[in-house]
Amino acid sequence: MANVYFMQAMHQALAAAMEEDETVVVLGEDVDRGVFGVTRGLIDRFGPNRIRKTPISEATFVGGAVGAAAAGLRPFAHVMFSSFFYVAMDQIANQAARLRYMSGGQVELPIVYFAGTGPSGSAAAQHSENPHSILMHTAGLKVVMPSTPYDAKGLMTAAIRDPNPVIYLADLRLSRLRAAVPAEPYEIPLGSADIKRVGEDVTVVALASLVPPVLEAAAELEEEGVSVEVIDPRSLVPFDWEMVAASVRRTGRLVVADPARRLCGAAGEIIAGVSERVWDSLLARPRRLTWPDVPVPFSPPLEKELDVGAEDVKQAVRDVLDESSRRIPAARGAARGSA
Amino acid sequence: MLSDALLHLYRLMMRIRVFEEKVQELHKLGRLPGFVHVYLGEEAVAVGACSVLRRTDHITSTHRGHGHCIAKGADVAPMMAELFGKADGYCKGKGGSMHIIDTSLGILGANGIVGGGIPMAAGAGLADTVLGRDGVTVCFFGDGAANQGVLLEALNLSAIWKLPVVYLCESNHYMEFTPTADLTAGRIYRRAEPFGIPGVEVDGNDVLEVRRAAAEAVDRARRGEGPTLIEAVTYRFAGHSEGEEAFVSAYRTEEEVESWKARDPVTCFRERLLAELPDRASELDDIDDAEQASVEAAVRFAEAAPFPPPGQALEHVFAEAGA
Repeated sequence: MANVYFMQAMHQALAAAMEEDETVVVLGEDVDRGVFGVTRGLIDRFGPNRIRKTPISEATFVGGAVGAAAAGLRPFAHVMFSSFFYVAMDQIANQAARLRYMSGGQVELPIVYFAGTGPSGSAAAQHSENPHSILMHTAGLKVVMPSTPYDAKGLMTAAIRDPNPVIYLADLRLSRLRAAVPAEPYEIPLGSADIKRVGEDVTVVALASLVPPVLEAAAELEEEGVSVEVIDPRSLVPFDWEMVAASVRRTGRLVVADPARRLCGAAGEIIAGVSERVWDSLLARPRRLTWPDVPVPFSPPLEKELDVGAEDVKQAVRDVLDESSRRIPAARGAARGSA
Repeated sequence: MLSDALLHLYRLMMRIRVFEEKVQELHKLGRLPGFVHVYLGEEAVAVGACSVLRRTDHITSTHRGHGHCIAKGADVAPMMAELFGKADGYCKGKGGSMHIIDTSLGILGANGIVGGGIPMAAGAGLADTVLGRDGVTVCFFGDGAANQGVLLEALNLSAIWKLPVVYLCESNHYMEFTPTADLTAGRIYRRAEPFGIPGVEVDGNDVLEVRRAAAEAVDRARRGEGPTLIEAVTYRFAGHSEGEEAFVSAYRTEEEVESWKARDPVTCFRERLLAELPDRASELDDIDDAEQASVEAAVRFAEAAPFPPPGQALEHVFAEAGA
């Protein structure tokens, strides 16, 4: 197993899929160079017929992927920055996510919509989005967001082989991650979460670039005698409710860390979904760690202000522990007394 | 053209005509759920263009898509059932009038978004190119869609990649309730010129003229020489949407509508056939009767078909892997 960077892991999976299936084609701006490295060099191996460098016409190559998929290809559409999904939103939401349903199941649309996502250092409000919650809400799109090179490679293979449109969001803050991954292709099934750290007291669900700071916080909390279980859903649609609910059933406490805005976000949805399933097991109110509801600012200290860091995670974990250690009957009595 | 082939063009135009008149009638009776946009007056465009396509060629269509589907070979019975929202419709009642799809006939879908099918057509053309097939895609869109940005994007992309796509604008003079000329700069067919591709204007009420222009464009596309933009000038006899008089006041004069009805593509073609093939006059009557009967049968089929089980609302969101 060789050490590879996050984006290289995706590149390996894409290249192997192109070897395995000649209907896999790459579409997007500057895909011959491949700004994030995922498509870099593929043109030398697979040629310009399959590596299609497009003009800056997101709506048309995103929608073109729909027509191409309906007519026999498996397009990998490189949307570059995930903020650009908004440019092509009609084709994503009204076409890609609808055609199978509206046709009564006649068509399969095996498409991967890949984009680098999230703040990457003063890229400002139009190159820093994490639009996963909007895409999750659309119905008809699968959405994945890995946090390790190993997961990135396995999810990419699964995404390309999947017969549906899959939004593949590669968190740009994870670009420098490097880890050993198997050389041969392997699949991580879409919809399978992963326990990144086993623990007993509190479940922390973390997405994408928040997995590393959550693991850091968990290690530090261990020294305080607090055992944190860290789960990375990896795939948001479909979502592994079983694994997350089972964890919260054991720990009774839930914190969700999502690098995105709070309103109608994935964190709120995960908390609602878990609460519906294991309400009786909850010992404290779940907590959300998210950005505030603002666009991502440019200036470095302003951008940093949005971040969820290890300290925030530790505080949220301590809060749920404190709340659940209070005597519940006494709390009820106090509430009555104050009424 | 052989006389049988001419009669077949007439048959398809008449099929669209009687289907759409029946749809109007059913809509007035309150029997159809949702919006319907009929193709009356534009029959020559779909029939002329699709007459030069193979079954395996693709089309993308519009919200006014019944005519395109019929011209590409769709069966009126499952079409009508789809308009009724029934389980035996083309899309099992999931799509309705604006979303009839039959992938086995290369119909990639009518489309509820104006211009929404344009990128898909480029994509289907890309699939033919990448896979080395000699297929062609005809992208139907209206003059209203000509002002959507995706048209210019797709013309550019198709031109640089020489995609086998024919962009066929049906200029029916109105974008919803507004004369197209009021809000459209220049002529639509001339938008091909800056992309270095042929831009052709054709009489959209003359099925043979449309066929001739489409044949040239389709042949060019099949030879790998790239896309063509055709503007077929025609007229929408009915409103934008059936029942629109309930929410918009009259926006065109009776004289205007009547002047176009004098150039009715179906009756004009019928008269021409009668003049050129007088010995086959009785066959035209037979076609009229047969098409009328088949549409009546389609209505009976649609009425008798069951509604989909409510639980089917939850199906067809995702395809199962390996299914």
